[in-house]
Amino acid sequence: MPQLLKDGNVIDNSWQLVDTDTDGLPQGDILVSTSQWHKQQNVLADRAGAVGVWIDSDEEIEAFADGIIDLPVIAINFPKFADGRGFSLARLLRERYGYSGEIRAIGEIIRDQLFLMQRCGFNAFVFDTELDLAEASKSLQDFSDAYQVAVDQPEPLFKRRA
Amino acid sequence: MYQYDQYDQKIVDERVEQYRDQTKRYLAGDISEEEFLPLRLQNGLYVQRLAPMLRIAVPYGLMSSHQVRKIADISRKYDKGYVHFTTRQNIQLNWPRLEEVPDILAELASVEMHAIQTSGNCIRNTTTDQFAGVAKDEIEDPRPWCEIIRQWSTLHPEFAFLPRKFKIAVCGSEEDRAAFLLHDIGIQLVKNDQGETGFHIYVGGGLGRTPVIASSIKTFLPKEHLLTYLDAILRVYNRYGNRNNKYKARIKILVRAWTPEVFAERVEAEWLHLKDGPATLNGHEIERVKGFFTQPDYKAVDGNAVSAQVQALATEHKGFSRWLDRNVKTQKQTGYACVTLSLKPAGVAPGDVTDQQLETIADLADRFSFGEIRTTHNQNIVLADVLQSELFNLWQLAKPAGLATPNIGTINDMICCPGGDYCSLANAKSIPVAEAIQRKFDDLDYVYDLGDLELNISGCMNACGHHHIGHIGILGVDKKGEEWYQIQLGGSANKDAALGKVLGPSLSRDAVVDSIETLLDVYVENRLEQETFLKTYQRIGLEKFKERVYAPAS
Repeated sequence: MPQLLKDGNVIDNSWQLVDTDTDGLPQGDILVSTSQWHKQQNVLADRAGAVGVWIDSDEEIEAFADGIIDLPVIAINFPKFADGRGFSLARLLRERYGYSGEIRAIGEIIRDQLFLMQRCGFNAFVFDTELDLAEASKSLQDFSDAYQVAVDQPEPLFKRRA
Repeated sequence: MYQYDQYDQKIVDERVEQYRDQTKRYLAGDISEEEFLPLRLQNGLYVQRLAPMLRIAVPYGLMSSHQVRKIADISRKYDKGYVHFTTRQNIQLNWPRLEEVPDILAELASVEMHAIQTSGNCIRNTTTDQFAGVAKDEIEDPRPWCEIIRQWSTLHPEFAFLPRKFKIAVCGSEEDRAAFLLHDIGIQLVKNDQGETGFHIYVGGGLGRTPVIASSIKTFLPKEHLLTYLDAILRVYNRYGNRNNKYKARIKILVRAWTPEVFAERVEAEWLHLKDGPATLNGHEIERVKGFFTQPDYKAVDGNAVSAQVQALATEHKGFSRWLDRNVKTQKQTGYACVTLSLKPAGVAPGDVTDQQLETIADLADRFSFGEIRTTHNQNIVLADVLQSELFNLWQLAKPAGLATPNIGTINDMICCPGGDYCSLANAKSIPVAEAIQRKFDDLDYVYDLGDLELNISGCMNACGHHHIGHIGILGVDKKGEEWYQIQLGGSANKDAALGKVLGPSLSRDAVVDSIETLLDVYVENRLEQETFLKTYQRIGLEKFKERVYAPAS
């Protein structure tokens, strides 16, 4: 089974990503696009496996965020690693909509983004290339502190300076 | 100036180690070129035409003598013994080795310096007025606000992969010396009727291919809301800025597409969620940061007596008198002055200094300006808080070091990008044009007679040499593989900010210098008493200049 990095650990990835254009749903835990989620809510509810959604970087999550916050997994797609929109989407899900499930980064992500992604509320990472996940997880610890408020640190450094 | 505490130091130290590891993995082949590109750019490392180039941050242009000595040392140890001062008040090393960059960064960190976010599609170094804290027309010292923005923008988790680079400038005075209307965000310090400080926020200014003057989106932002409002602007830009075409990716394009009114509404809507949140500034933090920008220990000076003394020396020494005219400005505090050390002597690329000159600058700062040095967006160095009674001594020491060329604000004080000699983006060389102009106009009496004249040169339309806002702007263009130059007139970076208009078809390098002479002839013939080149241009218009430059040879 493929693996992913979650909460700093290397674990099996039981979730299958369902492409927007696919007909029929596979068995097991699936991540569907938001359009499929809207179209097939009843079908999805009757399935045996768990369901989450994946969001593309250009989606207006304000339109549907309230409806997905009870899902166990929300994946945010990075079509290119330099497309930074997903960083804002993760923060919005955590800070504005109070989402407490798993937010996983999918698509073309790179190891050197892990520290910042984690600050924005991502806690799971699926890489699209072969890489030593345990080694990559070291990048989660690139910094021991930061100036700004973010999901991992609700107080800015200026309120915490000793 | 601001001093790091253990938190600031740790963040910078950890950044060095992060980059050291990234470099190691890149050299081992574990990181692809494409992935390494933004990683090195976010640490200021470009790979240029001849060698890598490392851009070192000088936050809002302020340095200590200690830091300047370290730069001199680094330039000797890792480079060819000279550095370049940029139009964003930063410093560039032109010949570092990629393998040694982590060591250079570690040396910088040892003097509270870094290269974080000096390039790449992220929030860049915040710039301001080189006369901050001493300017007579100052509303409030902008530097504490710049430092607060520096900390907020440093390794911001959400905005490290923006659609394009992002530049912020803060202006704290009546006159604009920060070109703040030509930035992605321009922040002007203002006071309301109750005398409280706030910010007038402008967005969407910038040079480059599509030069635009920024639009006002909020006339009074109370000071405690600065960071939450900036977060709101950046979030809107991060989500909706164009990511498909890098030439349409700056925030100015989004602001124009949406209109400034709609953009302001979108920011306001986002801000309502962030306003009064945990990033809201408190008085304690504002006072803490302000505490680093206190006034030095000024002496009480008899202003009239010292003026008379300086005047007497000026009468005796013509060179000193010229230098006083062009390179020295009075400041708020009686008996003190700001001195601009010119980095534009003839025959040297504008903004270049040697390691020895850096040592001299540090020595001069220790002796005359409380150990503080300011870099300017015009690529010069300012020493503020100099006792007027010491001006003559300073001049005598700066002169043999080649730092006292009395040409500030004249045609020879050009802004010039590194151009085709160094930069892989350039269409044409810019430094040789600057040199040719300096050689052509080497008659000091003529240069003084011309008075204030800003001439800016960019080697390509990315406009690093700010050609759009020069009174005379020169732009390098590629015409069938040959280097040609377009001339623009009437640009201005001041509060009456204006973008230059193209004079006519582009010219060869030889013809450029002759044409500049023709433009100056037209000015001298038409000017009214005390009228600057820009004012004459504004009065008589482009045509008069154009006719003469493109007149058929008789």
